[in-house]
Amino acid sequence: MLIAKPGLDGHDRGAKVVARALRDAGMEVIYAGLRQTPEEIVESALEEDVRLIGLSILSGAHMALFPRVLALLKQKRATRIRVFAGGIIPDEDAKRLKKMGIRAIFGPGASLDEIVATARKIAGPSRT
Amino acid sequence: MNRRAPAPLPDAARRVLRGDRQALARLISQVENRDRSVLPAVRALYARSGHATVVGLTGPLGVGKSSILNLLLGHLRALRKRVGIVAVDPSSPFSGGSILGDRIRLERPAGDDGVFIRSMAARGHAGGVALATRETVRLLDAFGMEVILVETVGSGQSDVEIHEVASTSVVVVVPHLGDDVQSMKAGLFEIADVFCVNKADLPGADSAAKYLTEMTQLGVAKGRWRPQVIQTSTTPPRGISELWEAIAAHEAYLDSSGSRRGQDRQRLTGEILGLVRERVDASLAAALERDPDLQAVLDRVVARKIDPHTAADRLLAAVRRPK
Ligand code: B12
Ligand SMILES: Nc1nc2c(ncn2[C@@H]2O[C@H](COP(=O)(O)OP(=O)(O)OP(=O)(O)O)[C@@H](O)[C@H]2O)c(=O)[nH]1
Ligand SMILES: [Mg+2]
Repeated sequence: MLIAKPGLDGHDRGAKVVARALRDAGMEVIYAGLRQTPEEIVESALEEDVRLIGLSILSGAHMALFPRVLALLKQKRATRIRVFAGGIIPDEDAKRLKKMGIRAIFGPGASLDEIVATARKIAGPSRT
Repeated sequence: MNRRAPAPLPDAARRVLRGDRQALARLISQVENRDRSVLPAVRALYARSGHATVVGLTGPLGVGKSSILNLLLGHLRALRKRVGIVAVDPSSPFSGGSILGDRIRLERPAGDDGVFIRSMAARGHAGGVALATRETVRLLDAFGMEVILVETVGSGQSDVEIHEVASTSVVVVVPHLGDDVQSMKAGLFEIADVFCVNKADLPGADSAAKYLTEMTQLGVAKGRWRPQVIQTSTTPPRGISELWEAIAAHEAYLDSSGSRRGQDRQRLTGEILGLVRERVDASLAAALERDPDLQAVLDRVVARKIDPHTAADRLLAAVRRPK
């Protein structure tokens, strides 16, 4: 899977913690790092042929950036790639984002075990 | 369908040759997963490979391999070269999982079709590359990438398998590796076609480069390639065009000296022997497992009635017997 932080958000602690937890659960995690545009994220996901993209965002720009990632995936006919996310995302936004197709959203204090279990469920048996 | 056309290419291969990036990405995953259903496509694409310049970047953890890769990528794109990148990172021996972080350092303009970057976990394979690295390089080659840059796992000493994959191996070191530079003599030193002393913005680069230059002057026969030593830094960028020129000079040497063919032949021999060994291993193990006579032989070895050498003879004789 691919973990990326879209936009100008510099809070990368959560993304790194989640990446490490997924690695320790046996997954191959491509860490794309900070300040990624939705275009870059989707391009990387396609090149790496991942099953799952994890977006981390604490800046408040999720309502602009997440739908863009979903739209680009659709445009590239890559809807087999699933998306989940975490960070500071108010409940009502989370609800709307899930309707748009984000599979799951986790906030501060979310349990890493739960995140790992959800990733496994969404991605299936694939390692990436 | 044109009747005079040669045997049809498998669909995946055709899509790769048409420049379909997603098909290429998928095929690489399947090769990584050792999915035998893609063998026809992989086989068909072999004939289209053999054109790319394959450059390996190896060296200890954190010396700046990915950062150099990034600058080389920019340099090569400015020269209008199509570039493929394979960046290998270690897998955890405990969970089998991996964090592949080399991509963080790689920048490129969005939508640039002249670049294809792929991360790859070593998946327990020792030697600094993954089992699938060689085949992936070949797929990128068939896809039309003119230069393929391979970054190895940054473990230092044992990352020598890149030598079997790359036509030019660049060993990256940093000033003040001190004892490491000395101990490196054992493995990495011998595979270097070019030495890159990175972080030359830090003190000590000159003396490290001098030491390496002296080392490379020892024991190189006349007319043979003598590894060049290049100083680089990525912050601020320095020495990258010199690094590329040194790589190109080695590539030119491979052609002018006629050693490219021999190098290729030797590697392919190794690869073929490896493939045969893999299959023989599997069929021997299966025979041993299935055949009650051989199980009886095994029992006698366990009982110390016959020795393992004799048992090995019997096993070989059994699989050689025509069915
Ligand atoms: C530490 C911190 C910082 C550090 C960041 C260090 C770093 N490198 O990460 C520093 C000091 C640099 C910083 C700076 C700023 N911060 Co700050 N920061 C925090 C703080 C206190 C904790 C964040 C954190 O690291 N948590 C620990 C990690 C492990 O938790 P997490 O990120 O939430 O991740 C968990 C889940 O969200 C989820 N998750 C996260 N990502 C993902 C991804 C996936 C795929 C999944 C499945 C799950 C998942 O799982 C994780 C584990 O449970 C928060 C407040 C808070 N309590 O959240 C504010 C906070 C995020 N910061 C805030 C702000 C405003 C800023 C600044 C703009 C302040 C300023 N004016 O300068 C700057 C901006 C910096 C920048 N360039 O973006 C606001 C954001 C407000 C908003 N979104 O509306 C917050 C919420 C504080 C607040 N209440 O106002 N900050
Ligand atoms: N001072 C200085 N630091 C550098 C230079 N090049 C890279 N670095 C820093 O060295 C660190 C490691 O750089 P990478 O490019 O990730 O090194 P790497 O060899 O790819 O690392 P691994 O893949 O983890 O083995 C980063 O913090 C870089 O910023 C340089 O020329 N000078
Ligand atoms: Mg690296």
